[in-house]
Amino acid sequence: MAIKRRVTTVLALSITTALLAAGCGGGESDQPAESELYKNPVTLTWWHNASQDGPGKEYWQKVAKDFNALHPTVTIEIEGIETNQLQRTRLPAALLSNDPPDIFQAWGGGEIREQVDADYLKDITDLVKDEVANIGSSAEIWAVNGRQYGLPYRMGIEGIWYNKDMFQRAGITAPPTTFDELNEAVTKLKAINVVPIAVGAGDKWPAAHWWYNFAMRACSVDTLKKASTDLDFEDPCFVKAGEDLKSFIDTQPFQPNFIATPGQNDPTSANGMLANGKAAMELMGDWNKGTLDTVAEDTEALNKFIGWFPVPAITGSAGDPKAALGGGDGFACAKNAPAECVEFLKYIVSPEVQKGYAETGTGLPVAKGAESGVADPALRSVLEATTSATYVQLWLDTAFGSTVGNAMNDAIVAIFAGNGTPQQVVDAMKSAARK
Amino acid sequence: MTSTNQTLNPAGGAVAPPAGLRPARRNAGRAAVTRRKWYEIIGLTAPAIVVYVMFVLVPMGFAFYYSLFRWRGVGPPTDFIGFDNYVMAFQDPIFLDALRNNAIIVFGSLAIQGPIALGVALLLNRTFRGRTLFRLLAFVPYVLAEVTVGIMWKLILTDGGTFDALLRAVGLGGLVQPWLADLDIVIWTLLFVLTWKYVGFAIILLLAGLSNVPQELNEAAQIDGASWWQIQRHVTLPLLGPTIRIWMFLSMIGSLQVFDVIWVTSVPAVRSLGASATMATYMVDNGFFARLWGYGNAVAVILFAISFVAALLFQRFLLRRDIEGAITRKAN
Repeated sequence: MAIKRRVTTVLALSITTALLAAGCGGGESDQPAESELYKNPVTLTWWHNASQDGPGKEYWQKVAKDFNALHPTVTIEIEGIETNQLQRTRLPAALLSNDPPDIFQAWGGGEIREQVDADYLKDITDLVKDEVANIGSSAEIWAVNGRQYGLPYRMGIEGIWYNKDMFQRAGITAPPTTFDELNEAVTKLKAINVVPIAVGAGDKWPAAHWWYNFAMRACSVDTLKKASTDLDFEDPCFVKAGEDLKSFIDTQPFQPNFIATPGQNDPTSANGMLANGKAAMELMGDWNKGTLDTVAEDTEALNKFIGWFPVPAITGSAGDPKAALGGGDGFACAKNAPAECVEFLKYIVSPEVQKGYAETGTGLPVAKGAESGVADPALRSVLEATTSATYVQLWLDTAFGSTVGNAMNDAIVAIFAGNGTPQQVVDAMKSAARK
Repeated sequence: MTSTNQTLNPAGGAVAPPAGLRPARRNAGRAAVTRRKWYEIIGLTAPAIVVYVMFVLVPMGFAFYYSLFRWRGVGPPTDFIGFDNYVMAFQDPIFLDALRNNAIIVFGSLAIQGPIALGVALLLNRTFRGRTLFRLLAFVPYVLAEVTVGIMWKLILTDGGTFDALLRAVGLGGLVQPWLADLDIVIWTLLFVLTWKYVGFAIILLLAGLSNVPQELNEAAQIDGASWWQIQRHVTLPLLGPTIRIWMFLSMIGSLQVFDVIWVTSVPAVRSLGASATMATYMVDNGFFARLWGYGNAVAVILFAISFVAALLFQRFLLRRDIEGAITRKAN
């Protein structure tokens, strides 16, 4: 799934393509129902997860309005629903009762596999070839057995967000590139009496992501791919990941009582600690810039001190040091959605709309030709690292599906709490795969 | 309709011993009245019964049906596994932790809220200036929304939060604990929050009960030379019995099903380790978040069965006299 996004692609060319695509609205020749498109008025219902007032939500409103201006026959009804509610209850219930929205949030990985098995989604393979080519291999996360069922609009790898001022005060000259260097940095930061790393273990996944990254380093890319498709966790590297995590936790790099610290969204969260100068580092995805902004007391100061570096490598391990863990957000069309749904999906991932999305600062775009929309320097380094990663592994809990993912996260949290073992994580994953 | 009944009835009257026309007609009238009463009952309760069946009984039936499947909520349930989900629940140490936590909350609430509420209610039942204000204050936590209470206490009890600062300010800094992070302490912290939240309900209920205790009995006891304590012990308390028992019943059922305050105050990690999970939070964590819908339904059925049996036992042995004739048969 190597992401080969060429920043050097001639920008003008992509923008021209974008204008053409947007202007002609699906004028490709391989369009089967071409003559029927935009003939009759249709209403598309759209469920996305930008539920909170802010640039993300406003942007989708604008996108829907613009699309309607281009194609007056298409009216779009938007509902923004909080992620957990959307993913855990609203969508499953709507799909199950055969009354789904036409276009809706899709997270890829294990979940989209299950949805395809249940025949919920529209196969859009032949309609979105150009878009997939422009997005690159990350679109594979929304494909099942070689068929495309959804497209991403946001994608990024995770890394360590850090406080440059604290690093300087602690005498750390360059961001750590290996775990040995990271351990050194932790020691130096402790010496100046700051919390080296904040982790929102209370929400489980921020803690689990540390284990994922140790697994990225311990396991070969082939092992990881096999684990995602076959739920095969026999390889000893998964136990090794837990052992490495345990010895890392034993160096006490995290804030005290991290087991009850929430991940983001309030000042007492791990996010809040980093944003307000109470911790030096945090492992988090590309969306972090936006969430840090909302909890920061002084956004200006935050923008000055915040930096980003990729998760360090472990010397002599089986994993590919340039492989990274990441994930994204996408949309899919319901099986019986009108053909206009696919056109709207294509519009969302067109470079022009993607550029506007990037400008909101809520996440990194996926389409080539949208890179210039990323202004923030920290986000720029995430984008560069994402582009140069040799392999991007989807978040393991998403890749393995909710059942295995949840059991895995619970068992990892137990290691953090000091009453779990590396073997128990693998046992929990295997037993959940059978549930 | 009535006339038909009347003409028909003499036949029945013939069976009866030498009854004249009058008793027969009276019987006929009574039957008609009974029938009309039933039409009224059916007519008036039908909407409620339809709603009850549709939104309570049918979903309960579905819950039980789904609980027999291995089902992740994608597509219709097809993988029938009998009672495996139930076996799985009782083999999961976290579910057993949840059961234990529910037990702590049930008995802890009764043991702590009962005496406090009784004491406060007895005090507030006396006449003094500002009584209404105090009654109002005692009831405020109960009126607040659960989520508000949860977030409020989460912020107060967080590491280095208001509560810790308060302890340090009064020189009790040594007592500071990770209230919501220590896996052995958190359930007691939550019991405290629940007590704070619900004790007002017990107080208001007992105050209502107290207002039903006739003043004359107090006066009579006073004339007999009983002290305030003796009056409370021998007159008020026995008469308050039914109210106390009803409160115990409501508190018990509420404690078995407690969800929102726990869900908001305690973070997912601590819940998933079993330290603060209750049956209800366990159900949601597993049903929705682990996407084990069949299993989640099994947990729901277990929760229902436990609450139902507890309710029946309580009614059978403690509420017997209070609800005599309603559910149990009238003694004699």
